[in-house]
Order: sequence, then C-alpha cells, then structure tokens
Amino acid sequence: MTRVGLIRLAVIAAAIGALELACRLGLINHRTIIPPSEMASTLWTLLASGAINADIQRTLGMIALVIALSVVLGFVAGLVIHALPRVREALDPFFATYYAVPIFIFYPVLIAIFGLSIMPIVLIGVATAIVAMIIATLNGLDRVPRVLTKVARVHRLGRIKTAVTLQLPAAAPYLFTGVKLAVSYAFIAVVAAEFILSPAGLGRDIADAYADFNNRRMYALILFLLIIATLLNSALHALDLRWAARRTGGRP
Amino acid sequence: MSGPSVQHEVHARLEGVTRVYPSAAGQPPVNALGPIDLDLRKGEFFAIVGPSGCGKSTFLEVLAGLQEPTAGTVVFEGKAVRGQVADGIGVVFQEDASFPWLTVWDNAAFGLRRKGVAASEIRRRVEDALTFMGLKDFARAYPAQLSGGMRQRVCIARTLVLQPRLILLDEPFGALDAQTRLLMGDEVLRLWRRTGATVLLITHALDEAAMLADRVGAMSARPGRFIDIIDTGWPRERDSTIVGEAAFGEITGRLWERLRGESMKALGHVDMTAAAGE
Repeated sequence: MTRVGLIRLAVIAAAIGALELACRLGLINHRTIIPPSEMASTLWTLLASGAINADIQRTLGMIALVIALSVVLGFVAGLVIHALPRVREALDPFFATYYAVPIFIFYPVLIAIFGLSIMPIVLIGVATAIVAMIIATLNGLDRVPRVLTKVARVHRLGRIKTAVTLQLPAAAPYLFTGVKLAVSYAFIAVVAAEFILSPAGLGRDIADAYADFNNRRMYALILFLLIIATLLNSALHALDLRWAARRTGGRP
Repeated sequence: MSGPSVQHEVHARLEGVTRVYPSAAGQPPVNALGPIDLDLRKGEFFAIVGPSGCGKSTFLEVLAGLQEPTAGTVVFEGKAVRGQVADGIGVVFQEDASFPWLTVWDNAAFGLRRKGVAASEIRRRVEDALTFMGLKDFARAYPAQLSGGMRQRVCIARTLVLQPRLILLDEPFGALDAQTRLLMGDEVLRLWRRTGATVLLITHALDEAAMLADRVGAMSARPGRFIDIIDTGWPRERDSTIVGEAAFGEITGRLWERLRGESMKALGHVDMTAAAGE
C-alpha cells in the first residue's frame, strides 16, 4: 500500500476509534449513536441470520437496474442529442438547471400512477441519475478530437462503427465520470425513495428501525450501505485511475 | 544532382479543382483553393509549401476524398475521387491521431481489423511495420508513454500496414522539434523507397520540402494556386545529409523567393508585397 493509502486508512481508523471511545466514555448518548463495534457486530449477526437477505437483494437489485438503465439510456440520449445541435441548444437550459429541481416532489404522482411497486422507485432513480450520464456523454463527445473523425473517414467507417470504435473509447473518460455519478445518484435515490415509497428494502428497513427506536439495527443497516457504496465507488475509482494511467502514461 | 528518379506515369490528376467554403454567420463565402491543375506522377515524392491558410490542407483533403471540390475533377488511378476516400489512399495528419486507449500494436492493427484481414496476415504486417518504424520494442506500450515523434510513427505504421499506393502526409512533423523532424524525414524517405508509393507531403517548412521531395509545389496565398513547381532532381537514394549540399540552398532560396511575397500577402502586408516586386 502507498504512503497516501496508509495515511487515508489511518484517518479512517482514527475517526472510528474516536467515535468508539466517545460512545464508550459516555460523551455521546448511547440512544443517539451506538459504538461502531456494536454496529459491526449487529450487522454480522443480521447477515449471518439471513434476516435481511431479501431486503439486500431488493435494494441492490433496484440500484443495479437504475444504474444500467441510466447509463445505457443516458448514453444513447447523449449520442442523439449531440447529433442534433438545435435540439441540444433547446435542451441546454434544462440540463443546466435540472438538479435545482428536487425530483422527489413527484413521488405522490408516481404512487398515484404505479402504486407502491418498484416502478416509482426505479423511475425516481433513473430520473435522478440519467441526466448526469447525458451531460457526461455530451461533454465526452465534445472533446473527441476532430482528427479522429477524419481517421474514421480514411478507414471508411460508417456512422455506427465510428461511434463504437472511435468516439466511444475516445470519450470514455468523460463517460466514466457519468457512470460514477450515476452510481452515486442511484444509491441516493433508491435508498431515499424506499424510505417513503416502498413496503420493503433496506431504506424501508432503516426507516422502520428508526421508528421503533431500534438503534442497533438501524446503525447496522446504515453501516452495511456505507460499506457497499464505499467499496463500489473505490472499485470504480481504481478502474478510473488504471485507465487514466494508460492514457496519460502515468502522468497526472 | 542527378536526373529525375521516378516514372512519369500519372497516378493522380487534379483538373480545374476549386474549393469554396459557403458563407456562414453573415460572412462571405471563402474561396480557399484553386483553380488547381496537377498531375502526380506514380512513385514520386511531391511536397507542397505555401503561406499559412493558403489551402494546403484543403488541397490534401480534396485529393484524399475527405472534402468534395466545388468545381473540377480529382482522379486517382483512373477513377474519380469524390467525397469518399478511395481504396489505396492513406493519410497521416498533423495532429496526434493515435488512439490513446489502444497499445501501439493495436493502433497499427486498427485498419486491418476493420477490413477483416486474417489474423496471421495482420500479425505479419503489423510486426513488419513496427519493426520498420522502430517501434517493435514498444508494441505493448500505450501512446501516452511515447514521445510526440514516436506517436507520429505509430500513425504512420497504422497507415503503412494498409499498403497504400498514395500516401498523403499533412504536416506530420509540424509539432516536432527541428532535429526530430530531420530524422523523421529520413524515415519517410526510407518508407517511400521501400513501398514505392506516391507520397504527397504538405509542409510549411521549406527545408523539409526541399530535402524530401522530387518536386516541390509552391502555393500562392489564398485561394491557393501553384505559382511554381520546382524539380529538385535529387537521387532516389538520399537522406537528410543533403541539407549540406549547395543545391539544397539553391532550392530553398528559390522557394523562399517565390513565397516571400505570398507569405506577406497572407499576413496582410500588401504594400510590402508590391515593394518586393511580386
């Protein structure tokens, strides 16, 4: 592990240790936050018992679905909008202000239309994540060097082959930024939507535990989501660094 | 200087070629090129020099089929070229056109894979091209790990594997330092001799054109037309050491004499052009 990595790990360990100590010494009320070691042991017990398997499957499955839909549809929409400059000009103000509108305000409408099914959650998730992917795709395509289009014509590639074999990989760093944002937005949107829109899932479980004053379960579930989100983002970050190193020859 | 070292069979012909860019945003149309008449002889090395913005790159793109001429005809190997790059034409651009997401080997193999060439043949041609361009030891490297000159060699290798009969080089050494450009010039000469292809080089460097080409076309300020075509008379077996010869100085001197006034025009020095006797 690099020195920076060790420092990073030390900072996290110190923060967890400080929280543990503060809880154990009574500086933080046990009813407010439980010690991290108790969160971990409770999570272990929950995982070992299989009690939250269905919720995990449901929530992570929905997150995966939202990510897949947002990335694929966002990329295709980005390609189409990029090819139609006037449409893009018309849509640009919407993209610029999109995240100023809280998507969640539409949840009553979605429940009225789809009921308490997974559909409103998936729709809110996709609506939250897809625009980040569209914007990233447009940014990426804007930055594809024009000479590559000429190279494509020299090799007599059609539009689709040009997009797939040259434009897509050339724009990949920007697209990957879109993917990372889509992953983050998908996590936030799905778990938050489960709080209010779902009869099941980890978000619902956390909300129920909170309502029941069941701190051990609530914090254990929060810890689980933290671990999963951190692991996934770390994996994406590592992949990003690896690809960036190829493209830049190791230069920052 | 010895006599002409190439055959006189016409490989590509441009007749009455002009290129006018249509007006945009209230601006008048731009008459970028022509009229141009030129016969490229099979197997010759032809260089074009001219002031900035005179239409050199437009000329190359029209010849390649990347742009359609507004008027006139372009014929390559007896067939009209119009709006599509003809089979047998390879182009190397000034900008770094290597693919940063592919290794040097995969960059070189790109065109062959798109054409569906058999894997064994791809391997043979790519290894041959990389060896020829001095890139064999860097086959697994990514372009970002290479210098600018080496990346340009990757692009040349990618063109070379397709065995083009007409190679168009659009200021391929423009971004390189002077010493590297001289050495790259030697490599292009080796490539030209080895492939037997016709080579057309666009450059802003008079010395580069004088050193490399059998004939050098000097272009006027926009709209670009040939104001002189100089036969250098270099032997086919030549390299960058000819820059020390007296004839080299004569050629570059004559080119500058023809281009000085045009370059001033391009810069807007109309009065000075008149003073220079153009």
